[in-house]
Amino acid sequence: MTTGVERVPTGAATAPAFDAERVRADFPLLGRSMRGKSLVYLDNAATSQKPRHVIDAIHRFYETLNANVHRGVYQLSEEATTAYEWGRAMVARYLNAPSPAEVVFVRGATEGINLVASAFGRSRLEAGDEVLVTAMEHHSNIVPWQLVCEERGAKLRVLPMDTRGALVLDHLPGLLTKRTKIVAVVHVSNSLGTINDVQTIITAAHERGIPVLVDGAQAAPHGPVDVQALDCDFYAVSGHKMFGPTGIGALYGKRALLEALPPYQGGGEMIASVTFEKTTYAPLPMKFEAGTPNIEGAVGLGAAVDYLRGLDWTAVATHERDLLAYAESRLREIPGVRLIGTAPTKASVVSFVLEGVHPHDIGTIADQDGVAIRTGHHCTQPVMDFFGVPATARASFTFYNTRDDVDRLAASVWKARELFGA
Amino acid sequence: MTDLRELYQQVILDHNRSPRNFRQVPNANHTADGDNPLCGDRITVWVRVDGDVVDDIGFQGTGCAISQASASLMTTAVKGKPVADAERLFAAFHAMVTGAGEPDRATLGKLLAFAGVREFPARVKCANLPWHTLHAALRDTTEPVTTE
Ligand SMILES: Cc1ncc(COP(=O)(O)O)c(C=O)c1O
Repeated sequence: MTTGVERVPTGAATAPAFDAERVRADFPLLGRSMRGKSLVYLDNAATSQKPRHVIDAIHRFYETLNANVHRGVYQLSEEATTAYEWGRAMVARYLNAPSPAEVVFVRGATEGINLVASAFGRSRLEAGDEVLVTAMEHHSNIVPWQLVCEERGAKLRVLPMDTRGALVLDHLPGLLTKRTKIVAVVHVSNSLGTINDVQTIITAAHERGIPVLVDGAQAAPHGPVDVQALDCDFYAVSGHKMFGPTGIGALYGKRALLEALPPYQGGGEMIASVTFEKTTYAPLPMKFEAGTPNIEGAVGLGAAVDYLRGLDWTAVATHERDLLAYAESRLREIPGVRLIGTAPTKASVVSFVLEGVHPHDIGTIADQDGVAIRTGHHCTQPVMDFFGVPATARASFTFYNTRDDVDRLAASVWKARELFGA
Repeated sequence: MTDLRELYQQVILDHNRSPRNFRQVPNANHTADGDNPLCGDRITVWVRVDGDVVDDIGFQGTGCAISQASASLMTTAVKGKPVADAERLFAAFHAMVTGAGEPDRATLGKLLAFAGVREFPARVKCANLPWHTLHAALRDTTEPVTTE
């Protein structure tokens, strides 16, 4: 178990309490008002707010360091390159990647998954092969595989989940067949909050020589990841969900695999030499970074990780667990509320529906109270179909949220119920 | 609550709770599907046009209160009216919820309950979906309708 949420010590009662009020001060946006009230931001699974540390780093980059990277002989370009590579090194440390060369900068988890689906799929998938995903994947860990399966004549297979939203691991051995070429699994579900036992899946897959990609978009925001302990082959994250800027993310890949795969996109930066007859590719990670990269993004993501490294993750885990338990109990008090996603191990994400009131109406009513929640299918339509709901309302908490935020949410849901006479 | 009450008028809550004409129409000669995939609002509209009159209309679907009530009130507003009147209502409704000038009170009648929607930009597409779907049905458009 590797995300912060999972590492709650048994002596949690003695752990120092997490001072959410103090960290809130690091996030300028949290100070703004919304519709005449203080903003309650509970859509962290969609994107997180940014600490001043990140905002300042981006600002400073443009004021003092901006130049293209890996190109200039002049000092400014060298300094920009150093800043960019510092970002990579920070991400590598956060994921505990053996080396920064195994961390490829991408636009986000979506692009990371597309990179693997495309490079791996085009080079390794043949007609009749299988790709195994799970019933709770985000569309970004379904569609790229569907596209490449269609192209290669391969089949997408699905590991089911139970009515709590926990994967049915008993079905795993039967789904890991001789034709299975890769497994792609979400670490933490964005719509259910389920923390999946990816360790068990990886071990089972590796016993059969099958590589595993983990979609870590929702896990990384809850604490440092250890890709070496997980022994996953690929791990994809989005910077904007882990307190960094949008448009940047990272894909960790084991060196041997990344070296063996063909490039994803072609262009500048990713080559060693080009003639019209033949091109040789740059070494890792540049081989997968065609074109001028998102330099400010890398710097901002590095700053985000730098900020996160200063947090007491044991205390954060306790705090987030408290928020989850408190939110679930406050919502359960409301007649007609049904929680969607009640797996035994969950991150601080609460999806729910309210009888007689559509999630969008709950969302609008909450918004009038300055409470921002997400409503809809959360890019997981198969999950909605499985639970027989068209959409859910979802509150996703992070370390800067408080019990007061939960109370404000609960009050809005009570109000929705009253307004609709549900 | 005042802003909310303006959006969720009693008539809207009522039509959401017990939608009128929530059924397929036997011998419908026009139909269309509307889908706002990001929201998950989905609707099918069936119409039987006799001569140039909307002789019968029904809908089925799932969605938020605004979309469901809009569909329900739409069916009551256009049933028995000439097709040209239905199209006029569509235009007036569209203008009202998108905030294009003062609502045409005389034309809109009960549909004025949706005037509050223009204060909620994220919800305009919900109110509009049934009307765009009806419009498509009357024109026998085969493309699926969306207002997202
Ligand atoms: C589980 C999961 N995977 C992947 C993604 C895609 O992330 P992005 O849109 O940042 O590429 C998300 C974002 O919502 C997610 O929640």
